[in-house]
Amino acid sequence: MPFLSQKFNLQKRVKLAQGLWMLYWLAVIVGIILFSLGIFFKIELRKRSEIMDNNESHLVPNLLILVGMLSCGLNAFGGKLCHDSLDPQKFSKMKPMLRPYMLLCCGFNALLLLLVLLSFLMQFAVYLTLAEGLKNAIRFYKDTDTPGRCFMKRTLDMTQIEFRCCGNNNFRDWFEVQWISNRYLDMSNDVVKDRVLSNVEGKYLMDSVPFSCCNPGSPRPCIQHHLTNNSAHYDYDHRTEELNIWNRGCRQAVFSYYSGIMNSIGALLIFTIILE
Amino acid sequence: MALLKIKFSQQRRVRLAQGLWLLSWLAVMCGAFIFCLGVYLKIELLRRDEVMENTEIHVVPNLLMLVGLASIGANWVASRVCQDSLDASRFPRWKVLLLGWYAVAALLCCLLLAVVVLSYVLQGRLEESLKVGLRNGIRFYKDTDVPGRCFQKETIDRLQMEFRCCGNNNFKDWFEVQWVSNRYLDFTSQEVKDRIRSNVDGRYLLDGVPFSCCNPASPRPCLQNQLTDSRAHYNYEYQSEELNLYSRGCRQALTDYYMGLMNSTGPGVLSVILIQLSVLLSMRYLQTAVEGAMALETPEGESEGYILEKDVKATYADVKAKALDLLKFAQVDPASEAAGAEEGEKEAEATAKAATPPPAS
Repeated sequence: MPFLSQKFNLQKRVKLAQGLWMLYWLAVIVGIILFSLGIFFKIELRKRSEIMDNNESHLVPNLLILVGMLSCGLNAFGGKLCHDSLDPQKFSKMKPMLRPYMLLCCGFNALLLLLVLLSFLMQFAVYLTLAEGLKNAIRFYKDTDTPGRCFMKRTLDMTQIEFRCCGNNNFRDWFEVQWISNRYLDMSNDVVKDRVLSNVEGKYLMDSVPFSCCNPGSPRPCIQHHLTNNSAHYDYDHRTEELNIWNRGCRQAVFSYYSGIMNSIGALLIFTIILE
Repeated sequence: MALLKIKFSQQRRVRLAQGLWLLSWLAVMCGAFIFCLGVYLKIELLRRDEVMENTEIHVVPNLLMLVGLASIGANWVASRVCQDSLDASRFPRWKVLLLGWYAVAALLCCLLLAVVVLSYVLQGRLEESLKVGLRNGIRFYKDTDVPGRCFQKETIDRLQMEFRCCGNNNFKDWFEVQWVSNRYLDFTSQEVKDRIRSNVDGRYLLDGVPFSCCNPASPRPCLQNQLTDSRAHYNYEYQSEELNLYSRGCRQALTDYYMGLMNSTGPGVLSVILIQLSVLLSMRYLQTAVEGAMALETPEGESEGYILEKDVKATYADVKAKALDLLKFAQVDPASEAAGAEEGEKEAEATAKAATPPPAS
C-alpha cells in the first residue's frame, strides 16, 4: 500500500515539475543567504575576539558556511533534475542517481536541524566567553605598553562607545581595578601614595571611570571622576544621577547583539528546513 | 557631404537596432544608479543638517536625482524606438519625437557634466557653511535646557566621536566658549568667580574640552581639563602630547568626508555620460539608416547612416535660414500693412532731409 499516493495526469506532472524547479532555485538563493550570513557572523566574531579572550568558538559560522555551500550545490542539482524530468531519455540517465540524492537530502536536513539546535545552545557559550573576556579586558586596560595587549584600551573604549555600555556588569567594575598605568602616576604625590597603600595589592584604585563610559545624551558635561562623592561636583547626587554615564554592562549589551544574530540565523534555518 | 557617413546593409541595421536596444536598457540601469546616488548623497547631507548653515550644496544631489529620473524615461523611450525601428509601418510615428529626444539626451549629458563641475566648485561654499554651523553648534553646546537646542550637545558629541575630530579648526575652539551650562556651576566658589571675572562677557572659560574629543587610541587615559598647564598632570608636556585628543578640526573632517564621497562617484558619473552619448550617436545612425532604407525601392537594400546630412557649416547655414524663415513667416501679415506706412514714412524722411538747410560751412 503506497503511502500518501496521488494521481497525476500529464498536465499536473508538468505543473509539478515547473513548480518544483522554481522552489529549488528559491532554495539556492536561500543557500546563498545562509552562506553570506555565515561569513558575516564569522567577521563579527573576529572583530570582537579581543574582548572574548581570543577564545570564542567559530563552530556555528563555519557550519553555516558549509551548509550554505551544500545547499546551493544540492538544490542546483535538484533543479537540473526537475528540468530533465519531463524528457524520458534524460530522465532514464538520471534515474540511478535519484536514490542517493534523496538520502543526501535527508542527511542535509538532519544537519540543518543540528545547526538550529547549536545556534540556540551556543549562546550560553558566547555569554560565558564574554564574561571572562571582558573581565580580563578591564584588567589589562592600562597595559598599553605590554606587547600583545597594547590595543586592549582602544578596543574596550570603542566597544563601550559603540554598544553604549560601561564595565562588565555595570560601571562599578572600574572601581575595582587600576585602569591608569603606573607610567602616568606621580608616585611622589601624597594622594597617590595614600590610595596605593589603601589596599593589599598596592593598586591605585579610584571611584572614576574612563571617558568612553560617558553618555553624550546627558544634559551636563560628563562627570567621570569622584563619582561616589556628592560634594565633589555642584548639584550632583550619585544616587539619582541617571544619564551621565551608561548604566548597562557591556556583557549584557554585547551578548544581546550576538544573541540577536544567532536567533535570526536560527529562524532562517527553520525556514530553510521547511522549504527543503 | 554628410558627416561621418557609414554604410548599413539590412543585416547591419538589424544588429545596430539590437545593440542599441541593449545599450538603452543599460543606460536605464545607469539612470537608476545615478538616481540612487543622488538619494544617498542627499541623505548623507541631511543627516548632518544641524551643523550646516545653508543648503547650497544640496543642488548636487537634487540635480543627480532629476537627471537620474529623466535618464530612465529618455532611455526607455529609446528602447521603444529601437523595437519599432525595423518595422516600416510603426517607425514614422517616432520621427517627430526623435528631434526632441536628441535635445533631451544632450541636455542630460550637459547636466551631468555640470554636476561634476559643481561638486568641485561648491567645496568652498560647503566649508563656509560648515564653519558657521559648527561655530553655532559649539556656542550652543551648553544650552541643553533651551527648547530647539536641547540636542545640540548630543549632536556635537556624536559628530566628534564619529568623525574623530575636535572643535571647528582644532581643539582650542573649545577654550573660547563657555561649554559648561550655568546650571552646573557653583557661583559661590572662588575659582568659578575668578574665571567669570577674567573676561569681559562674564563667561566661564576654561582650558578644557568635552569628553568626545578624547582619542581612544591614546595610550594614556584621557586628559580633558587643564590642558595648557603642563604641571597639572604627571609626565605631561602640552606641546608634545599628540594622541590624547583628536587633532583634526571637524570642519576639515566633514569637508574631507563629503569631498571623498563626491570624488568617488566622479568616475561613475563620467562613464554614465559616455554611455548616454553613445546611445545618442547610435540612435542618430539608426534613424538615418532606417529612413534611408525606407526611401529606397528595395527596403532590404543598403542605406547610408550619418550624423548630419551636410557638413557642419552647411547644416548651420540651413538651420539659420530655417529659423529666419520661421521668424519672417510670423511677420508676413502685419508686415504687408506696415509696408505701406513704412514707405510713406521713408518718403517723408527723404523730403524732410532735402528741406533742411545744409549745415553752415
